[in-house]
Amino acid sequence: MTDWTWIVPLPVVIPLFSAGLTLAMYRRPRVQPVVSVTALALVLLASVALLVLADDGPLVVDVGGWAAPVGINLVADRLSSLMLTISSAVTLCVLLYSLAQGRDDDEESAPVSIYHPTFLVLAAGVANAFLSGDLFNIYVGFEILLAASFVLITLGGTRDRIRAGTIYVVVALLSSVLFLVALAAIYAATGTVNLAQLSLRLPHIDPDVRLTLQVLLLLAFAVKAAVFPLSAWLPDSYPTAPAPVTAVFAGLLTKVGVYAIIRTQTLLFPGGRLDDVLMWAALATMVVGILGAVAQDDIKRLLSFTLVSHIGYMIFGIALSTEAGWTAAVYYVAHHITVQTALFLVVGLVERVGGSTSLTRLGGLAKLAPVLAILFFVPAMNLAGIPPLSGFLGKLGLLQAGVDAGTPLAYLLVVGSVVTSLLTLYALVKAWNKAFWQSPQDEPRPGRLPFGMVGPTAALVLVGLGLTFAAGPLYAYTERAANAFALRTTYIRAVLPDGERGEGESADVADEDARRQGADEDARTGAEP
Amino acid sequence: MIDMTPNLTLVVAIGVLFAAGVYLLLERSLSRVLIGVILLGNGANLLFLVAGGRAGRPPIVGTAAEGQMSDPLPQAMVLTAIVITLGMTAFLLAMAYRSWQLQRHDEVQDDVEDRRIARLAAIDERAVTDADTEATAQSLDEEAEEARDETDEGAVPGQEPRREQGVTP
Repeated sequence: MTDWTWIVPLPVVIPLFSAGLTLAMYRRPRVQPVVSVTALALVLLASVALLVLADDGPLVVDVGGWAAPVGINLVADRLSSLMLTISSAVTLCVLLYSLAQGRDDDEESAPVSIYHPTFLVLAAGVANAFLSGDLFNIYVGFEILLAASFVLITLGGTRDRIRAGTIYVVVALLSSVLFLVALAAIYAATGTVNLAQLSLRLPHIDPDVRLTLQVLLLLAFAVKAAVFPLSAWLPDSYPTAPAPVTAVFAGLLTKVGVYAIIRTQTLLFPGGRLDDVLMWAALATMVVGILGAVAQDDIKRLLSFTLVSHIGYMIFGIALSTEAGWTAAVYYVAHHITVQTALFLVVGLVERVGGSTSLTRLGGLAKLAPVLAILFFVPAMNLAGIPPLSGFLGKLGLLQAGVDAGTPLAYLLVVGSVVTSLLTLYALVKAWNKAFWQSPQDEPRPGRLPFGMVGPTAALVLVGLGLTFAAGPLYAYTERAANAFALRTTYIRAVLPDGERGEGESADVADEDARRQGADEDARTGAEP
Repeated sequence: MIDMTPNLTLVVAIGVLFAAGVYLLLERSLSRVLIGVILLGNGANLLFLVAGGRAGRPPIVGTAAEGQMSDPLPQAMVLTAIVITLGMTAFLLAMAYRSWQLQRHDEVQDDVEDRRIARLAAIDERAVTDADTEATAQSLDEEAEEARDETDEGAVPGQEPRREQGVTP
């Protein structure tokens, strides 16, 4: 069998390299887009290849040839490559959209020369977080994408964006510090930050210390994922950025947090000691988020609140700690990335045509731009979970998993999910009625819809529909991914074939080290309280 | 086997850094928040050093017995974290400066939503105020509404301030 592991680093390397290239070509606004589109298209190809290949077992690369627990490794298993595929499809569409926007108007939302390198760095950071098999490298991935997102959210440095950006930056930095503290504590307790080795060593340490580590990690990730008590920063900071930036943030950044929660909960902390807490957090996230959405008048803010609310569904799936729950949660993440991004892109178009995002001022868009009406309607219904769309399938899976679990709390969550889903429908139908059907307050100014912007949006809506049509195979795929979470050994054995070292070099010291490490581990676990 | 007994001085230093950092983080001025972030970051870095165990000889094969070496891994991580904190600090500094450039202060401002709600609540309050109630002290909502904030310049209650990016209606 051919060795395909060389594909694994590509989703990180290509965007980073092209980011440098586009930065060097900041004076050539014609060449920059070509480079970035090519780069992201290549990343999409590589991700699809990984998606297919990872189905036969995780692909592992020891970076620089250093053996796993000491060196950094990249792991593409089913979960990572699925996330990677969806995210690269989304980033590509958003990039195309923003290019068309830049061509079409010369306002400050137009991509400046710094836009391309930053966007590519963001893509690299997301890919690095998804692929990393090392907790510290996940931290680095987070920082890469955060640094890029700081630049993107304050693009142009206008008053509004600086105000919104300040909150975003401070909260993000705080969660990074929390993550760093968690990492230090984990290293102190176990002597490693490699995910596979951690999952071998964590069961040996004191359960209370383990619980502390779990809480620390969860806190750091919950800020990123915008889980309820830690979600207040999101609806205020996202809507101020340019439409494509908001779209990519909404689609990807919170999901990277959700991915990290899935990965650490399933691989490092099986047994679900915090599941009840997570369940309550999920319920609060859903209900509070959607109530916020119902109260909104600005369509961008409304969508930001639905974004928070639907993170609750994913947390619900994770907290069930059953294969069915994880299956549905992973499927839901894939569905939600595409749908939420598509909706934000459509709202960007609505803003162009209607000249506002305020629902009281918008109106009559259904007559003015029927295409836009369809483009909004399909993902909106998808988000609300109208059958037969993918949102319905994901929610159905979650509800079924909840009913299967059968605990009173799970039933409560099931009820909460249904209520949230109905309220989502209410909020979106309200937005639809106001923006598309009510008679406009002032004479609508005929705006143009450039094909370059409608095209990528339509493509994303189609990807969302594709998730519906391909639901069978895709759901089977996420089921196999969830199966691997439950087993855990697949991942560990792929990274550390002999349970001690990865396949990189330094094999000469490995034997000696293995002996010493064995003794070390015994002594260490013995010495821990 | 590494000696894992933590160094008391370092632990106290970490505690002080974190306490001061959290205190500064709760301030309104972005420059203070910035210093808070730096202190927190340094606290976390020191924590990593503690996590690496007792200080030992340089970890170069051949110069010292393996048992006496310090653990190089946390040091590598600390270096990475320091570089990252440096970059983030520079960005925050630039943002504080930009904020000062735009509005002559670098205060972190309230959520637009909070202001909108405070404003609406204040309007509500006035609606029920009559000659009898006029003498009562200011309500919390009114105070909130009058607090200094630059975000809602020219905004009408119930309407969002115009987005910079939007096409002008």
